[in-house]
Amino acid sequence: MTAGAAGKAPALPRAARRAPLRTRLLRWSPLAPATVLLLLFLAGPIGYCVFIAFTDTQLTGQASASFVGLANFRRAFGDPAFRNAVVLTLVFTVLSSILGQNTLGLALAGLMRRASRPVRSLTGAMVITAWVLPEIVAGFLLYTFFERRGTLNAVLDWLHLPTQNWLFTLPVMAVSFANVWRGTAFSMLIYSAALSAIPPEVTESAEVDGAGGLRRLWHITLPMIRRSIGTNLMLNTLQTLSVFGLIWAMTRGGPGNRSQTLPVFMYDQAFLKSLIGYGTAVALLLLLVGAVFSVVYLRLMREEV
Amino acid sequence: MPLPRHRPPALRRAPRRGLRRRLAADAGLLLVAAAFATPLVWLVLSSLDAGATLRVRLPKTPTLTNFSAVLTDEITFTPMLNSLLICGGATALTVVCAALAAYPLSRFRSRFARPYLLTILFSTCLPVTAVMVPVYGLFVQVNLIDTRYGTALFLAAAQLPFAIWLMKNFMDGVPRALEEAAWTDGASWPQTLLRVILPLMGPGVGVVAIYTFIMMWGNFFVPFMLLLSPEQLPASVSIFNFFGNYGAIAFGELAAFSILYSTPVVLLYVLISRRLGGGFALGGAVKG
Repeated sequence: MTAGAAGKAPALPRAARRAPLRTRLLRWSPLAPATVLLLLFLAGPIGYCVFIAFTDTQLTGQASASFVGLANFRRAFGDPAFRNAVVLTLVFTVLSSILGQNTLGLALAGLMRRASRPVRSLTGAMVITAWVLPEIVAGFLLYTFFERRGTLNAVLDWLHLPTQNWLFTLPVMAVSFANVWRGTAFSMLIYSAALSAIPPEVTESAEVDGAGGLRRLWHITLPMIRRSIGTNLMLNTLQTLSVFGLIWAMTRGGPGNRSQTLPVFMYDQAFLKSLIGYGTAVALLLLLVGAVFSVVYLRLMREEV
Repeated sequence: MPLPRHRPPALRRAPRRGLRRRLAADAGLLLVAAAFATPLVWLVLSSLDAGATLRVRLPKTPTLTNFSAVLTDEITFTPMLNSLLICGGATALTVVCAALAAYPLSRFRSRFARPYLLTILFSTCLPVTAVMVPVYGLFVQVNLIDTRYGTALFLAAAQLPFAIWLMKNFMDGVPRALEEAAWTDGASWPQTLLRVILPLMGPGVGVVAIYTFIMMWGNFFVPFMLLLSPEQLPASVSIFNFFGNYGAIAFGELAAFSILYSTPVVLLYVLISRRLGGGFALGGAVKG
C-alpha cells in the first residue's frame, strides 16, 4: 500500500472502492479488536440468549437441557408472577422515567435559566452528585431515607404528619422516587442544552404578544425542543428498563414480589430458582422491548444525521 | 418607528417582574436542592457519627472512628484494589479498542461504515442487564466465571459501543490537514494515529477514558453475577457485606465506606465536567 494513495482516499468515496482489496483490508484492520470483543462478549451472549430461551436449561444438570420450543414464553405469559413483573416495570418506568426524571429535569432546566447564580450552582451540584454516585450507594442512601426509622418519617413526624413503613406499604413508589433522585441529572443536562439553544428573540416576541407562561411553554418551548424530548425519553426509558442494583439494594424486589420489576424477576427465576431457560426467555423479552426502543431512537437520530 | 414608544413602560416594569420571577425560581430550586441533598447530608453526617442511625442527625462529637474501622485490608483496601484492577484494565482495553476502531470509521468511507456505526449506536441502547443470564452461562462453559480478567473483558465489551461512538465524534473534530502531511512524509496509519491524531485529541481521549472508568466503577450487576469468591469482589459488590447481619448494620461504617468508594468517581467527574463545559457535551455526543 502506498501512503500517498491512502492520503487522498478519505475525502472521496469512489477512491475507496477503487483501492485494491489488500489496501482496503489494511485500512479497516483497526476495527478488528473492537469487533472481536463485541462479537464474543455482546453479540455472542445475545445469540446464546436466543438459543437458551427455547430450552429447559437449569442451573443443575446442563447436559440434560432439551429444546422446548415456545414453552418458556407460553409459561411466562401464563405466569401471574411474570405479569406482575411486567406491570411493575411499566409503573416503575412511567412513574420514574417519563413522569419523574423527564418532567423534573425539564422543570429544573427551565427554572435554572431564571434563578440566581449561587442557587443554580448549588442545585446543579446536588442533582449531579446524586447522578454520579455509584448505583449501589444511591440505593443504600435511599434505603435509609425511606426506611421505617429513616429520615423521611423523621421529617413527617416533625411536621405532625402520619408516618408509615414506606418500603413495605409503597415499595414501587419508593424505588421510583429513588430512580428519580438518581437519574434526573441526565434529563436536566440535556434540557439545559436544548433550552439554551432556543434563540431569545423567539421567547421575547411571544412575550410581547402577550402569551402567558404556560402558553409559551406549550406552543413555543416544547415544540422547539421536541427532538431533545424524544431523545431524552428514549434514553431514560432504556436506562430505567435495566435498573437492577438500585431496586436490589432497597427492597430486593420485596416485600413478596411487590417491587419485582423484570430484571429482578429474571434474576430471581434464573439464579434463585435455577431456571436458566425460563430466566433467559424473560431476558429475551426485555431485550426485545429494548431493541424496539433502540430502533425508534435510531429513527429519531437518522432524521438528524 | 413605533417600537420606542412601547419600550419605556416595559422597561420600567421588567426589573420588578424579573426579580419576582427570580425569587420564585430560586425558591423552587432550593426546595428541590434540599430534597436531593437530604440523603447526601445523611451520608456525610453519619460517616462522622460513631452512633449513626438511619435518620439525619448531627453527631454529638464528630469522630473519624468509622473511617478508621473500615480502613482495613479486608473491608476497604482489597475491594478497592479489585475495583481498580478490574475497571482500570477494562478501561485501558476499551480505550485502545475504541481509538483503533474510531480511526477508520472517522477517516475512511465504505459501504459498511454507516451500517457498522448504526449497529454500534443500536447496541449502546440495549439493556445490558438482560444479557447477564446468558453471559453467566457462557462464562461457566468457557471457564471465565469467577475471574477478574473475565469480568474486565465483559465490562470492556459492554462499554465499547458508547466509547467508539464518543471517540469517533471527538476524532471527527481533528482536522485532516496534519495527518495528510504525515502521510505524504511516508508515515503508516499506526504512526499517524499515535503521533498525530491522538495527541491532537488528547482531552477527548481523556474524557472517553474517565467516562468509561466511572461507568465501570459504579457497575454492580456485572461483577455481582460473574464473580463469586469474596477476595475477588470489587467495592460495588463487597458493600453488601455490611448488610450481612440484618438489623445489626453498622450504618456509620457503611456511610464511611460509601464515601471512600464514591470519592474517586466524583473527583473524576469534576475533572471531565470542566472539560465538557456547562452544556454537557456528552449529551451532545449521545445525540450524535
